[in-house]
Amino acid sequence: MVTAPSPRFRPIPWQEWRQRYAPQVIPPVVGIVGFLLVWQVLSVTGITRLPAPSALLTDENTRNLLLNPFFDRGGLDKGLFWQTMASLTRVVKGYLGAAVVGISLGILVGVNPIVNQALDPLFQFLRMIAPLAWVPITLIALPNVQTAAIFVIFITAVWPILINTAVGVQQIPQDYKNVAMVLQISPRKYFFKILLPAALPYIFTGLRIAIGLAWLAIIAAEIVMSGVVGIGFFIWDAYQQNYVSEVILAVIYIGAVGLILDRLVAWAQRLIVPQQ
Amino acid sequence: MVTTTRLATAAPTATEEILTFHQVTKQYGELLVLNGINLSVRQGEFICIIGHSGCGKSTLLNLAAGFTQPTSGEVRLRGQVITKPGPDRMVVFQNYSLLPWLTVFENVFLAVDAVYPQKRLPEKRAMVREYLNLVGLGEAMDKRPPQISGGMKQRVAIARALAVQPEVLLLDEPFGALDAITKEELQEELLAIWSRSGCTVLMITHDIDEALFLADRVIMMTNGPAARIGDILAIPFERPRSRERLLEDPSYYDLRNQALEFLYERFAHPAD
Repeated sequence: MVTAPSPRFRPIPWQEWRQRYAPQVIPPVVGIVGFLLVWQVLSVTGITRLPAPSALLTDENTRNLLLNPFFDRGGLDKGLFWQTMASLTRVVKGYLGAAVVGISLGILVGVNPIVNQALDPLFQFLRMIAPLAWVPITLIALPNVQTAAIFVIFITAVWPILINTAVGVQQIPQDYKNVAMVLQISPRKYFFKILLPAALPYIFTGLRIAIGLAWLAIIAAEIVMSGVVGIGFFIWDAYQQNYVSEVILAVIYIGAVGLILDRLVAWAQRLIVPQQ
Repeated sequence: MVTTTRLATAAPTATEEILTFHQVTKQYGELLVLNGINLSVRQGEFICIIGHSGCGKSTLLNLAAGFTQPTSGEVRLRGQVITKPGPDRMVVFQNYSLLPWLTVFENVFLAVDAVYPQKRLPEKRAMVREYLNLVGLGEAMDKRPPQISGGMKQRVAIARALAVQPEVLLLDEPFGALDAITKEELQEELLAIWSRSGCTVLMITHDIDEALFLADRVIMMTNGPAARIGDILAIPFERPRSRERLLEDPSYYDLRNQALEFLYERFAHPAD
């Protein structure tokens, strides 16, 4: 006796799979392959001096770096995984500091109009200063290069977090405040049950902008600071020695890590911000 | 169907005055909103305030709630001058004012917990359930406000207000945003709950039929600026009221015409 296979466990036939996913998969693949193709042609024909994408595999040093990201020969001579991790560690430290300071200061500014009036012009001024412009100041002000690098991340990431948090607190609807007033809710309860959930979407907007800026800034900061392990300095070093295909490989790492960081914060946002 | 048609007499037998406005004037900058309001609300009375938009009826409610203070005169609750908001005068807002990140249960619990911190947790939870059942939301306790309809949201807001057992319930056009059928349902539920709880109600509305169905007295405001109480209609229909019986009563149309005449002839809105 033969029993018919349960339709629920039937594997999706190729035809159906293609209909369902092709519209989402094919266009990006075509886009990326097309981009690489144009680049390859431009390089091979000599229109640009930039190595072709195929150089990642044909250049021996670059191929070694690509296939072996985990080596560590001490000093600055480390695989790209370790270079990236060193930069990431700085970003995480500076970013967490910026989150703590930005959110608490943002709430203070948002709740208290007088503090807001006192500090807002200063914030608006400071936030316009580019990360790189902070580098000389921090190098003079702070004891060593490592701390200075983290501070540059901090000062870059803190403004969007601070300003968005402040706006989030300021926009809390009067209705919610009225409810709190009628019920005479304690300040602690008001903070956790009303203020924080109401401002949370804004706080996360700030956090999301800040993570991108922080990652942009660390690369710039490491290039200027020199002599530290990190993907930014690695690029600079490779450029100085004219290892252009290594620069390209490092740029791919930077893009990928930036994308992952952004997705991570977006994921945390979906997880934490109340669904409305 | 016989109902008494005494129009001018005071509605229920006079008991203690709970909420009083004495010579209340409210000015915002140059703008005089309310000019010399005198009103005594008796314990357990259901008052509707009616008037064109901009006549200061919301200001009147805000004064009772304590959100704002009179420029001159006094608003008193049981003889005490009202200086700030408090849970003895719970407000039901037109736009519900529920916290969208809390469930229906948690919204009501937040209120009960804030007003009765000394009560034990099971007791507080029981109160929340009792009042949600009272407004027919026993099944929807774990939903969040964005998942429920406007009528259900206003039920939650009413449950939240009643659960803290206020002396006075202040409603600011609570059914203004609802469809006609939901509105009538909620009016009947509100009446049933009011008669059971015995609290005093001050409610703003712009719907004459709603006011006639619900109120013991209808306060009719003149147009702003410098609005006054233009007239007070005593609504004599016996309780419990039924909408059908009301509509068969000739005095209903009498009262309705008086209100219409007040609003659309004596104090016709300039913009209408």
